[in-house]
Amino acid sequence: MSEEGIVKKLMYVNRKAPYGTIYALESLEVVLIGAAFDQQVSLAFVDDGVYQLTRSQNTDGIGMKNFSPTYAALGDYDVRHIYVERESLEARGLTVEDLMPLTYEDEDDDWAEKESLRVVDSSELATLMGEQDVVLSF
Amino acid sequence: MSLLHTVNKSPFERNSLESCLRLAEDGHAVLLIEDAAVAALDGTAHTETIKNATGRLSMYVLGPDLDARGLSRDRVIDGIEIVDYDRFVTLTCEHDSVQSWL
Repeated sequence: MSEEGIVKKLMYVNRKAPYGTIYALESLEVVLIGAAFDQQVSLAFVDDGVYQLTRSQNTDGIGMKNFSPTYAALGDYDVRHIYVERESLEARGLTVEDLMPLTYEDEDDDWAEKESLRVVDSSELATLMGEQDVVLSF
Repeated sequence: MSLLHTVNKSPFERNSLESCLRLAEDGHAVLLIEDAAVAALDGTAHTETIKNATGRLSMYVLGPDLDARGLSRDRVIDGIEIVDYDRFVTLTCEHDSVQSWL
């Protein structure tokens, strides 16, 4: 094994709405822990998973922690690829305007702030999934 | 018998709302809570089904569950009333019984 270790392509696939079940929060925790291991990480938001990224979530009324601001920190953990399936958004009457802006700073480009969130159609997402070494489902 | 039906699953993930709407009698009340709050939004793949149901059922959605999911109250389907927890309690008392579609 080289000094840098083995780098694998990991994709976390998120398919559940937040708060109704624990999946969304657990996924986010695992992503943040996994980010310490210098792997090539990407996140996909499909089906009800797209609700995890909506803007202006306010959980005051349901007595649960609003963990949505944490997604904005993913860039600092070197998570630069966040894919949202277009078909899932459309079926739910949502557009990218309804989602939080997510960015990262590119160290190879004078720390320029770049978009990490990208809306992709299902065929493109299928290709991306096919390229992964590991796909983790939440 | 007047019944309050509560649904807590997203219609995109489970068929509990669909079954509820199929089996609820005219005049019954349906309250969308937790993940089912996403069903209250206008312009989704389920909007048509839910709009049709508002004609014969009293439809409600729990506001705090919309807010938590970042779903704007302005985008809720006309004919669905947004309620708070106090009203949830009142609705429970006003009906003979509550049926939870889990």
